[in-house]
Amino acid sequence: MVEEIGRTEEGNVIINVGPQHPATHGVLHLVITINGETIVKVEPHLGYIHRSIEKMCESLTYRQFIYVTSRMDYLSSHINNHACALCIENGLQVEVPARAQVIRVLMDELTRIASHELWWGAMAMDLGAFTPFFHAFREREAINDIMEETCGARLTLNYIVPGGVMQDIHPNFQQRVKNFIQLYKSKISEYDELVTGNIIFQNRMKGIGYLSPEDAISFGVTGPSARGSGVSCDTRKTYPYEIYSQLEFDEVLETTGDSFARYMVRIREMNQSIRIIEQLIDNIPEGDFQAKTKAVLKLPKGEFMQKVETARGQFGVYIVSEGGTTPYRIKFRSPGFSNLSALDHMARGSKLGDLVAMMGTLDLVIPDIDR
Amino acid sequence: MSNISNNAGSSFIPPLGGGGASFPGQIHETPGGGIVLSKLDDVINWARSNSLCPLTFATSCCGIEMMSVAAAKYDFSRFGFEVARASPRQADVIIIAGTIVNKMAPVLKRLYDQMADPKYVIAMGACAISGGPFFYNTYSVVKGADHVIPVDVYVAGCPPRPEALLHALISLQEKIKSGLTREQIKEVK
Repeated sequence: MVEEIGRTEEGNVIINVGPQHPATHGVLHLVITINGETIVKVEPHLGYIHRSIEKMCESLTYRQFIYVTSRMDYLSSHINNHACALCIENGLQVEVPARAQVIRVLMDELTRIASHELWWGAMAMDLGAFTPFFHAFREREAINDIMEETCGARLTLNYIVPGGVMQDIHPNFQQRVKNFIQLYKSKISEYDELVTGNIIFQNRMKGIGYLSPEDAISFGVTGPSARGSGVSCDTRKTYPYEIYSQLEFDEVLETTGDSFARYMVRIREMNQSIRIIEQLIDNIPEGDFQAKTKAVLKLPKGEFMQKVETARGQFGVYIVSEGGTTPYRIKFRSPGFSNLSALDHMARGSKLGDLVAMMGTLDLVIPDIDR
Repeated sequence: MSNISNNAGSSFIPPLGGGGASFPGQIHETPGGGIVLSKLDDVINWARSNSLCPLTFATSCCGIEMMSVAAAKYDFSRFGFEVARASPRQADVIIIAGTIVNKMAPVLKRLYDQMADPKYVIAMGACAISGGPFFYNTYSVVKGADHVIPVDVYVAGCPPRPEALLHALISLQEKIKSGLTREQIKEVK
């Protein structure tokens, strides 16, 4: 670490941010070359939380490996589980009951809101405002309570299994979700009053960290970060899975491509998630919550791929099966990794103080990047 | 001895309620006031245990639950963990929230070395205790943070509930008060 502190041949100063730094949201290590206060280069160093999950999955059965994926992008653990379950169901040709499908989508959207809430609090904290953090966690705890009651866990849920969901929803589920929607609607205006409309906040976000649509595509940026540049890439719209094709919701797009656009996409996306939940919460069909599957799953020989939209972007699962009880090889395409790759391009030429704001709007989860 | 009683002040000592917060010592009533008898060590431990600044050290999922504990619903400020510090120089207790992998282990060691004495360590979650879900078939995970730095309190869970972390923090306070942390035992020797 220390060896890298110094000067380049051109006389630029090299500084380290991380791996232990609150603004990196985990253990990301950035080696930044600066000329005065202007950023010349940002070099992310990865691997500080590389837990060899892909290798581990090769020794776990198809039922077991889903649990590990909750620990990758822990803020959208439900959606990770969902992707793996869909991929396995795809290979096994299992028909998932309608009730399970609706429950899964409901949970996905609740997770998405919880993730964006946390991002909003952490984002404002990065810019020096501590109060939004408490506001965000107030609503997030309401979602955590719903999750806890139905799934049995607050964060790493492991609720979705191949063939459906692990158990039926709790009798209170619908009422609590409705209460949450009410709570959310009464509080969301506070978010705008407190942060979005704040002139200091806007000055620090507008025109900062510009990412053009062409660059977003070439760096493989997905999710809200790319939609802030006007790239239509919502997997729920472009490659609909589960029941998303039957639902009414808008793909949120902003065109300015700066940090503020990425911020607005996430704020508006929460409202779209609420819209989806409202459509489904009173229409959960009766029936089984899980399809009948064998105790030991064996995928046929071949390759299987499934992509879903997590709170951070497109998440892909790629399974190579040799016909056994464990996968031969698993590859995860995590949105954070590609989103991080655009940071260097975005940051060049801007001021060091703006780097934190840019990183905040990319919404990085480091275990998702390192896996 | 008289110094302590003067500093503590008679209005300060009486029934401070709840076992955890009470001032260590005895009050001897005298006409027009009282005298407090206590051991300097006990008073120092009492003071230390009630103002612990945790280091914001989070590598993975447990960090989110640590944030929950800091937020309004659970609020560890109530128990004297007022502000989470970003610098190890200002921190008293390091909460290892998350997996420690081989590449991170030297960094954790350095952070621990940079903290000023007395320092305390809480291993939060299965990963920090033993590698947890990443115990088998991994090539990069340290099987427990206590291979790298000594640990005072372990919290089970994956991730532990916020209440569990609160309990661990209160356990640490009690340990400090009774002079049983690793640091304090070392001092006696």
